[in-house]
Amino acid sequence: MTALELRGVSKVYGEGPTEVHALREVNLSVDAGDLVAVMGPSGSGKSTLLTIAGSLEDPTAGEVLVGGLALSGLSRNDRARLRRRSIGYVFQDFNLLAGLTAVENVALPLELDGIAAKKAQASGLAALEQLGLSDQGSRFPDQLSGGERQRVAIARAVVGDRRLLLADEPSGALDSVNGEAVMRLMRAACRRGVAGVVVTHDAQLASWADRVVFLRDGRVVDQTSPPLGPESLLQPTPSQ
Amino acid sequence: MTVRHALLALLSEGPKYGLQLRQEFEARTGEVWPLNVGQVYTTLQRLERDGLIESDDAEDGPQRGFRITPEGEEELSEWLRTPPDLSSPPRDELVIKVLVALRVPGVDVHDLIQVHRRYLVQLMQQWTHLKQDAGEGDLGFALVVDAELFRIDSVVRWLDAAEGRLKRASTDIPGPASTNGSPGPLPRRGRRVGVRR
Repeated sequence: MTALELRGVSKVYGEGPTEVHALREVNLSVDAGDLVAVMGPSGSGKSTLLTIAGSLEDPTAGEVLVGGLALSGLSRNDRARLRRRSIGYVFQDFNLLAGLTAVENVALPLELDGIAAKKAQASGLAALEQLGLSDQGSRFPDQLSGGERQRVAIARAVVGDRRLLLADEPSGALDSVNGEAVMRLMRAACRRGVAGVVVTHDAQLASWADRVVFLRDGRVVDQTSPPLGPESLLQPTPSQ
Repeated sequence: MTVRHALLALLSEGPKYGLQLRQEFEARTGEVWPLNVGQVYTTLQRLERDGLIESDDAEDGPQRGFRITPEGEEELSEWLRTPPDLSSPPRDELVIKVLVALRVPGVDVHDLIQVHRRYLVQLMQQWTHLKQDAGEGDLGFALVVDAELFRIDSVVRWLDAAEGRLKRASTDIPGPASTNGSPGPLPRRGRRVGVRR
């Protein structure tokens, strides 16, 4: 099933001489269970692609479908509900609320969606537990390490019944071992049937994806083929 | 990676048999470097000849045990602390291809860079899938795969940097741009291609 589809999406900021084409006729389709990386340098349109896919911004032209639903056909309220219920975001700088504990941060989207506080907290704890943070639920963000904060952010993104996980440079300023842990968690979420999109300039991060799409100057210019079996890497070579 | 020093390292943990050494060597290198038995015994013979290991009195064969000598420990310690020679860069085929492409009419260097970038990222995907399948428990394997990933990643980064530099050069300098296939000047020592100084 196609969880996310971008059809001929363009985005233009400003007009006249200050006009900037952030995206130009981008087509992208992500199936449930797939992890797709969008790789490109700064200014290639990666973050714009993600905010449009997540319905945080409207395209200038083209159509975005989430779970088969065209966003343009939804009312403002329906779109807000879709964002809260179906789409999880992971940002580079975590975006945790400092005044809330870890579990309160994770449960917040559910509570905003009208789920009773107790039930939301139980779901929040379950999500934290999945990420190995069951003991840290009552801590505030500034009492957690960088790696733990990012795991809380991922727990918040996957809590409840999210179908689409969108991540912008999700390993942020983490070291490579913690960055790898973040990608293992993203993959685990996809194995449970979530569709994931990671935008990054980092090839090591992108290499966790099933498919890597290359973005240049707002255009999709290329993508990787389905990877060969790993056995092709392990041809016996005599040691020296 | 020298088999000689790897065997010394394994013997520094205590006396071992030849077959055991082979198994442990493969296990510790994440089974990325297969080793044949003949290679193990030839290396052990040389190490013994050089006085770096000793064997017990048993005859040649699987029952023969080996242990490291003080000279062997010294050799191992010195080898571990000696940096490999990375001072003179190898003649890099990819760098040469990109430099040559600048001179070949009709070749879009950005397309060329993308062809290589895609290949390298696919290669990284394969390594990452291997690491993923192996889980986090196999330390030796994870270290070997990390080394490959960082090595390939450094090439991808060079391609990114090269593309950025070519793009800047083509917008900075009016006139004959060298990035879209029209022949530009060959790089010379002391002069950067197309970059305004």
